[in-house]
Amino acid sequence: MTLFYGTALTSRLMLGTAQYPSPEILSDAVRRAGAGVVTVSLRREAAGSRAGEAFWNLIRELDVPVLPNTAGCHTVREAVTTAQMAREVFGTDWIKLEVIGESDTLQPDMFALVEAARILVEDGFRVFPYMTEDLVGAERLLRAGCEVLMPWGAPIGSGKGLNNLFGLRALRAHFPDVPMVVDAGIGVPSHAAQAMELGYDAVLINTAVAKAGNPAEMARAFALAVEAGRMAYVADPMEERDMAVPSTPVIGQAVL
Amino acid sequence: MAAQTALPTGSGPSVLVRGAGVSGLTAAVTLAERGARVHVHESGPRVGSGASWKAGGMLAPWCEAESATPEVTGQSLSSLDWWDAHVPGVVRNGTLVLAPARDVGEIARFGRRTAHFTTIGEGEIAALEPDLADRFSRALFFAGEGHVDPRRALVALADRLVALGGKISFNVPAGQAMDGHDWVLDCTGIAARSQMADMRGVRGEMLLLRCPDVGLRRPVRMLHPRIPIYIVPRADHVYMVGATMIESENAGPMTLRSMVEMLGAVYALHPAFGEAEILETGTGLRPSYPDNMPAVRRDGRHIHINGMYRHGFLLSPVRAAEAADIVFGA
Repeated sequence: MTLFYGTALTSRLMLGTAQYPSPEILSDAVRRAGAGVVTVSLRREAAGSRAGEAFWNLIRELDVPVLPNTAGCHTVREAVTTAQMAREVFGTDWIKLEVIGESDTLQPDMFALVEAARILVEDGFRVFPYMTEDLVGAERLLRAGCEVLMPWGAPIGSGKGLNNLFGLRALRAHFPDVPMVVDAGIGVPSHAAQAMELGYDAVLINTAVAKAGNPAEMARAFALAVEAGRMAYVADPMEERDMAVPSTPVIGQAVL
Repeated sequence: MAAQTALPTGSGPSVLVRGAGVSGLTAAVTLAERGARVHVHESGPRVGSGASWKAGGMLAPWCEAESATPEVTGQSLSSLDWWDAHVPGVVRNGTLVLAPARDVGEIARFGRRTAHFTTIGEGEIAALEPDLADRFSRALFFAGEGHVDPRRALVALADRLVALGGKISFNVPAGQAMDGHDWVLDCTGIAARSQMADMRGVRGEMLLLRCPDVGLRRPVRMLHPRIPIYIVPRADHVYMVGATMIESENAGPMTLRSMVEMLGAVYALHPAFGEAEILETGTGLRPSYPDNMPAVRRDGRHIHINGMYRHGFLLSPVRAAEAADIVFGA
């Protein structure tokens, strides 16, 4: 079992909690997914006076480990402050670190990310950095003290799937022992299965479930896909070939 | 004004309604029409001192299906007729759903989740809203929907209640005793949060603009993956723009980010909005239960109509009728 900062999760599917039609539907989706982790963002206006308490209580009642995130932060300082609030609110030192560098793609700012990760690790946080699939950036994040990496599949909410298969394969191959989660951009369960087949340790989904016509049913579909993808990876898939290889014996048949 | 303790005369059950927002006034009028003696206690100085005053007033049962459960649509189909029969100024000329060119895929998604619309092109958009001519190539038109100015509607409901023999008292401190009434209807919205363990507030921010250069006739919903907004025309070229949905019980002033996002979307709808005057910004807390569904709950002779979430004008006539059924033992 993969350990995320020493903790084994009950499922390799992580679920975001934003954008659902209602908290009740969110709760159904989390149950049907059997999610191993739920992420929750702290909008700053909610954190200031603990004005988000009512919603956070609903999240706590889900009884699933909470991974707070710093969604919507654009600077190191914002991200660090939000992380500190999150630790206080949820009583966990886990933080999904997002520092957005570009507003159209919501692409992570890798430079600010490394800096924020360094500060937070020193402050005792266990950081899950939301990153591009950049190998050098990954190296720097690990050096800053991150023990988990969360590369994007595609821009947040785009549903485009795994945009750079080569990059994700390379990242997996370079850091075989680092727990890695594909976060963002996954649109349908087959994308999630593909990430798991590549050897990623988990996937994080939000929009694809929350904005589905039937979020709870879609959550279950993702759970099955994640399980299938993981089983396939462990079972060691066949190699891809350019030529056909008959699956039935050809001995005795004429080859023209 | 001090609370008036004398009951309206008549033989029906006497009902104390707490709260003169949309759920309180629809319930008060519905009960008075059925013969109840109704007295409304409002803690504020006027009608609609809570979230109702900030509402969009869209009567859009089909559009709501994009994010709400089918029950919301199913239960609210009669609301448009109710409002039309009870207050002046209900406009029944549909809803237009648009998206900026780069987010045009949102229109298809919205269409898959909803029903009772037609997909229209440039010419039909121009015919419906001449000021939007040549700006959008595709839209969804929900012809059967309508809208109402919530503030005028609440005032009209209060007048109607008085005409039916009901009473309204303002500036009444919260938590007055039953005062000899047969029933108490609590319609105090987010103010009832401490009594309702599963209630939370969902922050919403809105703007009022005046823009004589743009003449929209009907609500326009501008789709966007992150910042969907709607803009609802009021009288005199005033437009209500709404609304954020934030899981926060902070009712403090609008943030710069919300304002920039909303105004950016309005500006994208029509550049002439650049000259609009910003008349008002507002923040309210939508009283919400975990299923985001308005509910009638009974505890002895106390009835709560609450949890209106974003469906106050759409569902309060239905919840009012359910509460009246309880009072009259139907």
